Order: sequence, then C-alpha cells, then structure tokens
Amino acid sequence: MKPSAFDYHAPRTLGETLEVLAGAGPHGKVLAGGQSLIPLLNMRLAAPSHLVDINRVTSLDTIAVRDGGVRVGALARHAAVERSAAVARAQPLLGAALRLVAHPVIRNRGTVVGSLVHADPSAELPAVLTVLDGSVRLARHGGGERDVPAGEFFTGPLESATEPGELAVSAFFPALPARAGSAFCEVARRHGDYAMAGAAAVVVLDEDLRIASARVACVSAGPVPVLLDMSEVCAHRPAASDDWDAVARAVRDLIDPEGDIHATAGYRRHLTGVLAARALRIAAQEATEDRDDATGGPR
Amino acid sequence: MKTDGRPAVSEALHEITLTVNGVVREAKVPGRRLLSDCLRHELGLTGTHVGCEHGVCGCCTVLLDGDPVRSCLTFAVSVDGHEITTVEGLSGPGGELSPVQRAFSECHALQCGFCTPGFLCTVTALLRDNPAPTEDEVVEGISGNLCRCTGYQNIVKAVHRAAELMGDEA
Ligand SMILES: Cc1cc2nc3c(=O)[nH]c(=O)nc-3n(C[C@H](O)[C@H](O)[C@H](O)COP(=O)(O)OP(=O)(O)OC[C@H]3O[C@@H](n4cnc5c(N)ncnc54)[C@H](O)[C@@H]3O)c2cc1C
Ligand code: FES
Ligand code: FES
Repeated sequence: MKPSAFDYHAPRTLGETLEVLAGAGPHGKVLAGGQSLIPLLNMRLAAPSHLVDINRVTSLDTIAVRDGGVRVGALARHAAVERSAAVARAQPLLGAALRLVAHPVIRNRGTVVGSLVHADPSAELPAVLTVLDGSVRLARHGGGERDVPAGEFFTGPLESATEPGELAVSAFFPALPARAGSAFCEVARRHGDYAMAGAAAVVVLDEDLRIASARVACVSAGPVPVLLDMSEVCAHRPAASDDWDAVARAVRDLIDPEGDIHATAGYRRHLTGVLAARALRIAAQEATEDRDDATGGPR
Repeated sequence: MKTDGRPAVSEALHEITLTVNGVVREAKVPGRRLLSDCLRHELGLTGTHVGCEHGVCGCCTVLLDGDPVRSCLTFAVSVDGHEITTVEGLSGPGGELSPVQRAFSECHALQCGFCTPGFLCTVTALLRDNPAPTEDEVVEGISGNLCRCTGYQNIVKAVHRAAELMGDEA
C-alpha cells in the first residue's frame, strides 16, 4: 500500500526543525531513517498530516566520544555507529547490539536515536540504553532541552517520553567502568529479525574479581525493556565460578512475557532465562579479561 | 473527505532532481511518493522491483550515493539532489554485463528474476567494500534479500564467482 497524503517539511537547521514541529503539534511526525515509520505509513497504520524530514539537518549527524561515554546525534545511522572504531573502544555493547539490528541495508538508513524513540520492546537498542543507564536528550521550540534517563524514557510498547512538538536530538550511552564487561545475546527466527527473546548484560567486578554488580535488560519480555538487577543472585561469587543456572531460574521467575504466534509465553520465559544467564556469563568473562588487560583503567 | 480528524493536507508537488545512473533527471512528486515508485513511474525505470513495501524482501534495493538502501522505505523528495544507481546502471556503457551480473548468469543465480535487481545492487556494493568476502560475510551481506526460487545456493556461489571475476579484471 501507499502512504496517505501529508505536508512535507524539509528543515535544514535544528531551530527550523523545532519551529516546524511546534507548529505541527500532535499532527506532526519526525522522519529520520524511515525504516520503521515508512512501513507504518505504507500500511496506513500511521497517517500524520505533517512529516518533518530531518535528513538535511546535518548538524544532527554526529557521533562523539566524550564525557565518559558515547553521544549519538539524531541523524547518525546504525551503520556509521557500528563502523566507528572510537565507539567500539568506548562502548563495545553498542556495536555488538547493532550487528543484531535488522540487515546491513536497513542499517545504512536507520538511525540509533530513531530506534530509541520508536521504542519497540523487541528492539535491541532500547535494551542497551536501559542496561547502561543512558539517556535521551529532547528539545522543543523555545523550551530548551531536557535529558530523560532510560528508565523513564520507555513508557510502553512503541511509546516513549517524547512529546508532540519535541525532537530527540541525541542519546547518551555511558562507557563501562574498570573491571567491567558486557554482552548481547538473542534468538531470532531468522538472523536480522526482531528477537523472540534476548538480553543485554553488564557485569562489574570488585578488586578480588568477585561480581559486584550484574544487570541485564531483556527484550521482548514486556511492554518496555525489562531491567533486572541480578547482583544479589550472583552473590558476589568469583566470575569464573558463578551458578548461572540459578541466575537463569531467577530471571524466569521475575519476568512475565506474553506469547504470540512465534513463541508461547512459557517458551519465551525459558529462552529469556537462558539468554540472560548466557549474556551475564560472557560479560563476567569479559570483565575478568578487562582486569587482565595491560592497559587497565576505564574504557 | 477527511474522516479521522486530521487537518486537511495540500498534497503539494515538489520538484526534485536526482542523478540516476549518471544522468540528471527531474521529476515533480508529492511528498508521499516512494523512491521505488518515482523510479518506476515518473522515470520509467522498471528494473527496480517492488515486492513487500515494508523493507522485508529487498527486491527494491538501489544504491543511494553508493550505499544500498530500500527504495520502498525512502521518499523520493528526501533524496532530492542525491545520486541513485539502479540495476539499469550496473552494466557498462555498451550494455556489457558487470562482473556481478555475469557471475549471476554463469552460476544460474536466478530463476524468475524478480529478486535479482535487489541482489545485484546489494552484491555490487558488498564486493566494492569487501572484494574477497568469506562465506559468512556473503551470507550476512545478502541476508536482507529474499528469493523464493533459487534456494540461495547459486546466489552465494555467484557472489564468490563475481569476486573472482573482479579480481581477474583488477
Ligand atoms: C526489515 C526490517 C527489519 C528490522 N529489524 C529490526 C531489528 O531486528 N531490531 C531493531 O531494533 N530494529 C529493526 N528494524 C527497525 C530499524 O532499526 C529502524 O531503523 C529503527 O527502528 C528506527 O529508526 P529510523 O531512523 O529508521 O526511524 P524512523 O522510521 O524515521 O522513525 C521511527 C519513529 O521515531 C520517530 N523519530 C525518529 N527520530 C526521531 C527524533 N530524532 N525525534 C523525535 N522522533 C523521532 C518517528 O517520528 C517515528 O515515529 C527493522 C526494520 C526493517 C525495515
Ligand atoms: S519492496 Fe522494498 S523491501 Fe520489499
Ligand atoms: S529468482 Fe525468483 S525470487 Fe529469486
């Protein structure tokens, strides 16, 4: 099918973009990579009267590694963030997750910030932002900017804290501290599809290489990314000898996923437990190696 | 005629200029015109095929400033001023087939041919960026393109064969 008609706006600056968005209010939609929005328009599941295309606002096409993390501008495409060596050094979980997002051709066009605002509970990047305690920066005409932490940004399936008239200008993914590791594990029906279940994990060790903190954000397990703190369950054991089966059981008990045509609720619960424990185990392993790294220090 | 409380929209036409296969082309399109439809209808380039119109099948893949993208998930007006390469632009000036096209033909990498334009564009960019891909890299590279006929075996073979042909020519 084809989209229904809309008024097309092509601002070139951030100021112009915010002005147009303010004018359009609830009838306006931002067009970034279009890789989620255009399918919805084609199927007429969305029919905004004003489309505000930010693809010419080149000042939003930024990837900056600073202030202890990675700040990704609204026009940075998945592929550019995935390819950035500086991002890989500062926050390897981003690249690991991006390689699981759709296919390379979709990643050439889709944006990281667009994926966050789209807020699909099956998407990888919202889970990454959640487990890292990142944030999204929103701006509106005449209203300045506000930073919304990940825990408040995702409000429901395909719903975020972005209000009508607001533009998400960037997202911030904090770097990991020293002696930390991360991993993303998922199972999809076909490589590149949205995952049936998956988990982004971050493990931080103490000076004796025992698990000080273990966090995991699960995808497709609820209306928003489901953040679980497994630190207690990991019981401050040495990374190499933890009881990962107990972790998997604890995750299964904590989540309440829904079933659909691809997976029953029970299967999804089981799979999430397995994947969360696997991601935590790999992250713990990586954290141990991080400690052994000759360079040491924060990455 | 509006039924859903949306404010009326004007459906204004936008004049756009695209460089398609090296030729500067102009078109007048409404904002909602998909690049796939602009190529096929306004510009008469029907080599770009349309299967699903939601990004899944890959038939409509074209090169935007050299990078493969879904033309069904791109508005023509968004890429005003940019360069597009379609399957019609892959062959040489005298119509001789490109190495990728020759390899597809040699290896029987197509049956009905509906998916082929998308594969050819995707693979052309893949081999440009990675002239000697591993088996895994080939499979990952074409994972976003569906083919209902061939079972993919010969397509994978053709990608390796194209890499060989391009190596020989270099
Ligand atoms: C075949 C296919 C498979 C896919 N598989 C996956 C997958 O496995 N995992 C995954 O995570 N994603 C997947 N995607 C989606 C893809 O990652 C999208 O690129 C992403 O979800 C949205 O980014 P975008 O830039 O394309 O946003 P758009 O489609 O342009 O916009 C999405 C939504 O966000 C809003 N928006 C975008 N940017 C802003 C902004 N800066 N400020 C305010 N609002 C904004 C838009 O108004 C719209 O509502 C897939 C897509 C396709 C077509
Ligand atoms: S028609 Fe564009 S991906 Fe199927
Ligand atoms: S050759 Fe028929 S779909 Fe691929």
